[in-house]
Amino acid sequence: MNSGSCSSLMEVGYDDHHHHHGHEELHVLAVDDNLIDRKLVEKLLKISSCKVTTAENAIRALEYLGLGDQDQHIDALTNNDLKVNLIITDYCMPGMTGFELLKKVKESSNLKEVPVVIMSSENIPTRINKCLASGAQMFMQKPLKLSDVEKLKCHLMNCRS
Amino acid sequence: MDTLVSQLQRQFRDYTISLYHQGFLDDQFTELKKLQDECSPDFVAEVVSLFFEDCEKLIGNMARALDQTGNVDFSLVGSSVHQLKGSSSSVGAKRVKGLCVTFKECCDSQNFEGCVRCLQQVDIEYKSLKAKLQDLFSLEQQIVQAGGRIPQVDI
Repeated sequence: MNSGSCSSLMEVGYDDHHHHHGHEELHVLAVDDNLIDRKLVEKLLKISSCKVTTAENAIRALEYLGLGDQDQHIDALTNNDLKVNLIITDYCMPGMTGFELLKKVKESSNLKEVPVVIMSSENIPTRINKCLASGAQMFMQKPLKLSDVEKLKCHLMNCRS
Repeated sequence: MDTLVSQLQRQFRDYTISLYHQGFLDDQFTELKKLQDECSPDFVAEVVSLFFEDCEKLIGNMARALDQTGNVDFSLVGSSVHQLKGSSSSVGAKRVKGLCVTFKECCDSQNFEGCVRCLQQVDIEYKSLKAKLQDLFSLEQQIVQAGGRIPQVDI
């Protein structure tokens, strides 16, 4: 357990985004329109030693990722602050859904390698399959528990090494 | 000799257990408590407080939508119910969540009277839970003030 993570999160500097240090923090972008769920997922991720950025809808998330309407030329990978290692998004959101966000990310040459996890309170097999078929890393049932995030982290760290 | 601290701890334990047994809370509330630590000692109280504010806001939205006599937008009511169902599920507010399931069905079938009934019940239920959790947090404070530790309660 990092006692250092009590205060504001540490910046992790990468020498080069291809060379990762042993204990780098995952930077997660968490997208959910529900305030309570955002607070919960943020806490779950911080406790699991992740750096967390939250967005309240898919449009804001895309802007953060550099895929917003205005400037298509922002290369999210050149700014270490922005480099996101994982996107975790709710499925049901007003406006653009998590599924649509997933597709936009996977269509982007810069970001298609970023794993996207979809969360939903509803356990609908066709929905789950649709997300997985479109490139979602995992589908997680809400409400999230600490053990879910721990499993997720393990899974991701194994994928990366 | 039964000290003040041990009396308070017993009250806290009994009260916590009763809240679970009576179905006010479910194990998602236990999950919330796991997230509380030295870094965020008031995490549960903060989230729960946000939840009750959310309840008030959403119930207000639903009431306004249901008030449009002859022109009720059931999908609007339904989307607020969906939000409330999500929040209540995430904090472990079991009874509120259960009511939301019924409420959603009434919205889907455009059952006006059913919706009005559900709205009243949800309003009563969240306020009841709010009062009970205030009592629970108050017991915690009393234990700490008396120099004791808040016991871990296994349901």
